[in-house]
Amino acid sequence: MLFNLSLRYKLPIWGSLLIVVTALVLTASLMAQAWDNLRRDTLKSAEDLGRTMARPLFTALLHDDVWRAYETVSLPFADSKESELAKSLLVLDASGLVYVSSDPETHPILTDLNGLGSDYQELKQRLAVGRDSTPVVLDRSDIPHIFIALPIANDSIRLGTLIVAYDKDLLWQRFAILIERAVWITLLVLAVLLPINWYWGGRMVAPLRLVTRRLSRIGSGDLDNLEPGLYPYRDEIGQLYAAYDQMAVELREKVALKQEVIKTERMAAVGRLTASIAHEINNPLGGMLNAISTLKRYGQPDPQTQKTIALLERGLSQIRETVGALLVEAKVKTRPLTGQDIEDVRVLVAPTANKAKAAVEWQIDLPTSLPLPSTLIRQVLINLTFNAIQAAGTGGKVAIKLGVVSGRFNLCVENDGKLLSDEQRDSLFEPFSRFSEHGHGLGLWICYQIVTQLDGEIRAETRDGLTRFLVSLPLECEIATN
Amino acid sequence: MLAEWKIYLESKLKRPVVFVQRDSYRETMDLIQKETLDFAWLCDYPYLALGDEVRLLSVASYKGKPAYQSYLIVPSSDTQSKTITDLEGKVFAYADPHSNTGYVVPRYLLKKANKDTNSFFRRTFFTWSHHKAIQAVASGLAQGAAIDSYVWETLQRVNPALVAKTRVVWKSPEYGFPPIVAHRQVGSKDFAEFQAVLFNMHRDPAGRALLEKLNLDGFVAGSPRMYQNVAEMMRVLGDS
Repeated sequence: MLFNLSLRYKLPIWGSLLIVVTALVLTASLMAQAWDNLRRDTLKSAEDLGRTMARPLFTALLHDDVWRAYETVSLPFADSKESELAKSLLVLDASGLVYVSSDPETHPILTDLNGLGSDYQELKQRLAVGRDSTPVVLDRSDIPHIFIALPIANDSIRLGTLIVAYDKDLLWQRFAILIERAVWITLLVLAVLLPINWYWGGRMVAPLRLVTRRLSRIGSGDLDNLEPGLYPYRDEIGQLYAAYDQMAVELREKVALKQEVIKTERMAAVGRLTASIAHEINNPLGGMLNAISTLKRYGQPDPQTQKTIALLERGLSQIRETVGALLVEAKVKTRPLTGQDIEDVRVLVAPTANKAKAAVEWQIDLPTSLPLPSTLIRQVLINLTFNAIQAAGTGGKVAIKLGVVSGRFNLCVENDGKLLSDEQRDSLFEPFSRFSEHGHGLGLWICYQIVTQLDGEIRAETRDGLTRFLVSLPLECEIATN
Repeated sequence: MLAEWKIYLESKLKRPVVFVQRDSYRETMDLIQKETLDFAWLCDYPYLALGDEVRLLSVASYKGKPAYQSYLIVPSSDTQSKTITDLEGKVFAYADPHSNTGYVVPRYLLKKANKDTNSFFRRTFFTWSHHKAIQAVASGLAQGAAIDSYVWETLQRVNPALVAKTRVVWKSPEYGFPPIVAHRQVGSKDFAEFQAVLFNMHRDPAGRALLEKLNLDGFVAGSPRMYQNVAEMMRVLGDS
């Protein structure tokens, strides 16, 4: 369950766990250190105190001056600080009985250690074992006191023993203060670190989440590139973004290519179908026209019949024209394209342009002769130019550019008229285009057939408010010239 | 306070005054015997012990008369003890080996009760002052002490918390208040001058302020007869 969480939560949770564990371990180790130090400091200060006291106590014991001994051991408690109350100083005489204590009510004079509780019994046993000049430290976990016993001696004359007794509760109280402080500091650190960690986790994961969302939308065809500058760094996420963008570009190209292939195949199918239908129509059509011709020449039709025959002939001729237009035959014998052909077209379209009050601009950069079938190129040029003039409308602008670049003949016809809709662009080159406002809608179909049969490319694009038809033909194409 | 008294005396006597303090009567007695001191404020016992070496100069008047008592005190936690004989086997604090109320009186009581003064208490020790004897009882170090009633009552004004930790179980008959004595070498003029200054202290404001601080009414002429009962106790104890 936890492992299925979003990284948005998983990352900060793991981070928080690490922070908490680190904080706890650090605090615990510091506290252990602090406890050790506290204990050592306590023992040290007790021993120092004991050493300071031992000398005046020796004099007091030497003179058997209980009161002076009492004043000496009471000295550290003169301020009667709370913390000192848990400590007591105890002087034993040479026979091991209490000589005086800073707390006489708890340790009355002349009491035996055995009468002061089990831990003092323990101490008495320890003292009995090691009665030398070194301090005896009794700090066992099972007794409530820490004892430091020092000899009250001078020049190997031992008059008694000074015992510094610490209540462990006091040590714990001080330690509890330390712990409390440490806990607060730890909580403070956590209060700072955890929100930072949460924020950082969110920040780290946000770009990942974005790319994940985008990747999951690929199936539904959303292939936009990521916004540039979304993640400007070159780390793994930056690389992931770049890879995603690259993939999106490639996928888009693939989709476009697929669409192009479909379109081309459709156009090819339409072409084949059209051609076969045209052939099937052409054969009987030729016969019928021949028959009409024969009838006109040899029959004596009355005027009514003549009118009918003429009607039939006109109708059949129109059919032949249409079918002829459908049957684009690129492999006709023709001469190479020259500048004169282009000039002819200019002259040809000029009246139409004038009538439509459209400005036609020609940019021609061609060699004197090109190995291209002149008739067909003229056909393409005329069709595209007329279309452009028509699309540009009254007062519109049409620009025609012709040139040769790296072994290809390029033709560009653009106009500033109404732009093509997506729907129009999809079926632009189909025959009997329903978008054709004038004519039979075969102009672009013919252009397409010619260009594709010449192994060239024709496409339409709209850019900068212009509609542009681009034709590109290879110059080394195999053409039959007479 | 002693510094103020010194200034007061100097202004009255028109001569420098030096106070010498010692923490035991023995030392003070030594200084008198060595003729280092002209005047001394002593306890009854040193006064009697010094005999002819000193002359009685003046006695302080406390609560209207030049007398005081010995108080037998126990820790306030001890609610049972009524007499000194109830303290057998306990730890007892004496003030000073030359103190009347703090040493002579308790031992006299034991002697009268046919007790051995050396073994009756489990342990005894000297605190060298009545004030400290009260502290010893208050802290629980000693389970009993005999002290000067004047000190106990004065301390009650100054440090009531400390005195509250003690309980007075028995009050002695009255004895002559600790006397101010003059060394016998002191001339009669100096003797009379100093005596007059002391006798007149309560008559001027500065003197009254000092007496108030000392918790005394004033100074009066004393008589060796006032100390006869002390001398009797010393005789019984064989200390004289």
